[in-house]
Order: sequence, then C-alpha cells, then structure tokens
Amino acid sequence: MSTTETRKPDRAGIAIAVFLLAVAAVIAWDSTTLQLAPTYGLGPKMMAYVVAAGMAVIGIANLIMAWQGGFPERESYDPKAIALILGGFAALIAIIAFGGGFIPATAVLFAATAAAFGRKAVHIDLGIGLVLGIVVYLLFDKVLTLSLPAGPLERLM
Amino acid sequence: MEALDSLLHGLTIACQPINLLYALIGVLLGTAVGVLPGIGPALTVALLLPITFKLDPAGSLIMFAGIYYGGMYGGSTTSILINTPGESASMVTALEGNKMAKAGRGGPALATAAIGSFVAGTLATLGIVFLAPWLVNVAVNFGPEDYFALMCVAFVTVSATFGDSPIRGLTSLMIGLALGLVGIDKLTGQARLSFGVPDLLDGIEVTTLAVGLFAVGEALYVASRRHLVEEKLEPVRGSLWMTAADWKRSWKPWIRGTLFGFPIGALPAGGAEIPTFLSYSTERRLAKHPEEFGKGAIEGVAGPEAANNASAAGTLVPLLTLGLPTSATAAMLLAGFQQYGLNPGPLLFAEKPDLVWGLIASLFIANGMLLVLNLPLVGLWVRLLAIPTPWLYAGILVFATMGTIAAKPSVVELSMLAGFGVMGFLMRRFDYPVAPVVVGLILGPVAESQLRRALQISLGDPMVLLQSPMSATLLGIALLALIAPFALKGMSRFKASED
Repeated sequence: MSTTETRKPDRAGIAIAVFLLAVAAVIAWDSTTLQLAPTYGLGPKMMAYVVAAGMAVIGIANLIMAWQGGFPERESYDPKAIALILGGFAALIAIIAFGGGFIPATAVLFAATAAAFGRKAVHIDLGIGLVLGIVVYLLFDKVLTLSLPAGPLERLM
Repeated sequence: MEALDSLLHGLTIACQPINLLYALIGVLLGTAVGVLPGIGPALTVALLLPITFKLDPAGSLIMFAGIYYGGMYGGSTTSILINTPGESASMVTALEGNKMAKAGRGGPALATAAIGSFVAGTLATLGIVFLAPWLVNVAVNFGPEDYFALMCVAFVTVSATFGDSPIRGLTSLMIGLALGLVGIDKLTGQARLSFGVPDLLDGIEVTTLAVGLFAVGEALYVASRRHLVEEKLEPVRGSLWMTAADWKRSWKPWIRGTLFGFPIGALPAGGAEIPTFLSYSTERRLAKHPEEFGKGAIEGVAGPEAANNASAAGTLVPLLTLGLPTSATAAMLLAGFQQYGLNPGPLLFAEKPDLVWGLIASLFIANGMLLVLNLPLVGLWVRLLAIPTPWLYAGILVFATMGTIAAKPSVVELSMLAGFGVMGFLMRRFDYPVAPVVVGLILGPVAESQLRRALQISLGDPMVLLQSPMSATLLGIALLALIAPFALKGMSRFKASED
C-alpha cells in the first residue's frame, strides 16, 4: 500500500468519508438541542462536541486516504448472499412485530441464512430451523424462565 | 504473602461444586467456539449476557473467564488443522502449525499448542495474583482525572498504535464513541442523539452492538465471499505425543512466549496479535534450524500459542484492577460485570474479595481442565469442524438474534442488530478494525463521566488534568502513542516482514 499515488480516487472510500462527515454534522446539530448544564464543570454538550470534532477530522483523513487510493483492494462479493441474510432478518422482524412468534421467525432466518451459504434444500432447512426454534423456546421458557415473543405455535406449548 | 492467602481463599470458593460446574461449562463452550470458525469468545460472552443476568454473578463470571481461556486453546486447533484461524490471535499459529499438519505432524503441533497454552496460562495467572494487588494499591489513590487520562491511553493504544492503519483504527473508535453518546445524559437528564425514539433513550446496548458486529457482520462477510475460499481439513495423522526432541525445542519458546504475552496483555496495549507476532519473529531468529520456518517448525507453534494465552491472562489485570478493557473479549467481560452492577477496580477487591479471588483462582482450574479437554480429547473437537458451513452460520445467527429477542423484542432493537451487522460487514470489507468500536461504546461514557466529575471537583478548572502527576504522565503517554505510528511508519514495516 506504499505506492498509493498511482491509484485512482476510490469512490466507495469517498462515500465512507462523506458518511463520517455527515455523522459529525448530525452530532453537532443534535448537541444544539441540549440546553441544561450544571453550575460547575461541563455539560452534556462537551462530549458531543469532542466526538463531532474528532469525527470530522477522521472524516477528512478518510477522504484524503480515499483520494490517494489508500483503501485496500476489495475482492468480488456475492450480493445475493447479503440480500438473502438481510431478507431473513426483515422476515424475522416482521413475523415478531405482527405476533407470529419466536419459533417461525427463527425457522425463516435459519433457512434464509443456509440458502445464502449455498444450500438448496429450503424445506429441510426450514424444518431444522423449526426444531431448533422449539428447543431454544423450551429452554428459555422452562429452564431459564426468560420470555420470548409468543405466537400461536408457542401458546400450544 | 497476602496475595497467596487471598488466592488460597479464592481456591476454596472456586472449588465449590457449582463453581466448578460453571468453569467446566465455560471451558467447554470456549473450546467449542474457539474451534468453530466465525464465532469467538467475545461474541459468545455477548450472546450469553442477556440469558445469564438471572444467574449467580460469581458463577457467570467464572464461566465467562473460562470461555475466554478456552477460546484461546480452541483457536489453535482450527489454525493447525484447516489454516483458517478461529480468532485473530491464532493467525501466526497457522503459519507453522498448518505446515506441520500437512507434513503429518499435526499431533505434536496440537500438543505443543495445548501444553504451551497451559504453561503460559498458569504462569500468567500467577502473574495476575501478584500484579493485581500491587496495581490495586496504586489505583486506590487515583482521582477521576487519573482515570480519565488512563482511558485516553487505552483509546489510543487500542485503536491507533498497534493496528495496521492508525486512521482506520481511530475511525472505528470515533464510531464507538459516537454510539456511546446515544441516550439520556445521567447528570442533566437530557437525551442525546435519540431523535425522539424511546428505544434509544437507554443508550445502545453493548450486546446488540457486539452481536451485530461480530456475528451478523461475520456471517454476511463470509457468505458474500464464499465463492473465493476453499477450506481443507487436515486429518490428525501419526502420534499425538511429542517426542523428546519436540519437548526440548518447545519449552524455551513457551517461556519466551509467556514473557512477551503477559506484559503486553497487562499493559493497556490491546490485543493478543502483537505478542504472537513478536514471539514468532523471535523464535525464527533464535532457532537452530531457521530454514525449517515456513515448512513447519515446532517453535513457531509453541511460542505464539504461549504468547496468546499469556496475553489473554494479562488483559485481565487492567480489567480487574482498573476496569479497563483492552480487547474485545475483555470489553464483553466488563459488560458482564456491569450487568450485575459490579464495577471492576480497587473497590471491587475491597468489597467483594470472594468474587474477585474466586474468579482468579478459577482460572487455574480452567487451565487444568483445558489441558485435559484439549490433549486427549482433541479428536472430538475436530468433529465440530464437520458441521456444514451453511448450518453452522444459520445456527450462529439464530443464537445471535435469540439473545436480543429475549432482552428487548422490539423492532428498533432487531433493526439495530441487522444495521450493526451491515456495519460489521462493511468494516471487514474496507479493513476497519472492529474491536475499537466496542471499546469506544463501553469506555466512552465512563471516560466522559470521569472527566466531568474531575472538572466538577475542580470547579471547572481544566488544569486539574495536568496538576495530577499521574494524569499528566498518562496524557503524555497517550499523546506519544497517538503520534508515534504517524511519526515512524516502522510498525507497518515490522508487520510486512512477517509474511
């Protein structure tokens, strides 16, 4: 990474730097909503300013690094795998939010992740996820006495 | 010999059957997650935090420490047999260990790793016994300004000094500090960065961040580049036992590795990678047959394995005596203490000697258990590697979400988990270190409150930071550690020479 001058500006790197600068701006803006401060010493604004300033400096440093091509080379990646796992998460959140319960949500996430790793047998994976979900639910509910979100399936147990 | 008395008292606590059971569960889990790729001790402790808060604090902490030690043992097995280190501290082990396994000497490689880990773990735990009370006596006199300065040192060393790129490390740290701002300010009751979302008022849960970064991020990363890597498990062939020559070549690297690992772990210098690299290059320089290095030299397994275990023990010194975590796992252990309302530091040694010394004593027991678990039973652990990768990662994600669902089954919390997962994926892809984010989130608010306390006591005079000799010295060290990597690019050259 020493001969960085020869490489082109890195678009993804610039996007990261811009994101960091935007976060710095949000923190600085948010700290203007803080009105109260103790009589002595520093109020809650201080740390927010320090972090915002630090983030801005780091954002600029990243921008320079991206401009000079100082970011590491990336290998190709498989967007389908990412989409499958995040889709599994979205399904899990939706099932729990709409009262479907822990076990079906777990089964869907399990099958989606397995598919992201190249498994084709969705039905078998859903089945394994279902069994895993039931075991975990029983362990939590009966042994650890921690409650997990219950849907129609969980209420049967 | 006050330390020895305390230790003996601790042993009586650690030997209670229930605590032995916790230690056993810890080392079993730790070895398993160390062996399995994609899941490490930090993540395991993070997963267990939400489901252990109803259990006995001493027992849970003994279990967590067992996971930490066990992860260090188990990581070497994966490095040696499939050349994909289970955790970063075992990276160097893979260099020689995998070559030994390919040459049919996997058995002795595993043996020297396990025995070296035992020797180093035991010596380094003895180091804790004698160093911790001394450091506690020093730390008793620390004012809030000294703690603040100490945390500045930790911030810099963890993120900037020893990473590949100080800018990337500091970027991670700033993200962690920014996440630490979220929530209600304890002194004035005002909400920061909450944007009116009630779920954010309590701040960002450490477990959500850690599980998102480590588990979800890792799964996304591995899944996205599955087409690029091919793993091959080397069967353990030949004798499992070391020959007399192996012993002769191993014992000095064990001792030297311990001497690298413990002090570097105990200093707030962060991570077990540095001592393993140092140990490896030292052994290569001192070896009678340096030409064997790169082809499977046993010294190159013995030294780094001892070093990573010793440094794991070393990080417990600043954690227990100062409340200062210097590795991701130590940060999760600190979160474990906090979950029971315990704050590691001099006060904890004074108020809960049973817990602290029971925990330290249990480390000796965990080490002994691990030697037994890893030497004769290594074949069992290797079978874990036969779990098909899709099911392994699917299972990891199910367990990852389970903890969050049990603690806070809200849409916001689960979305944050997925969001941190994407962040972890991007950080891996763009080569930002992950540990400083966790350390920043945990230590940021502590550092802030120490600083504000110091300035309240001094009636707002910032000179208090420089008037205390301890604080002034530490801030000077922090500044030096920040400038050093920019001033001399020697660290990167040192790293490059290891390839």
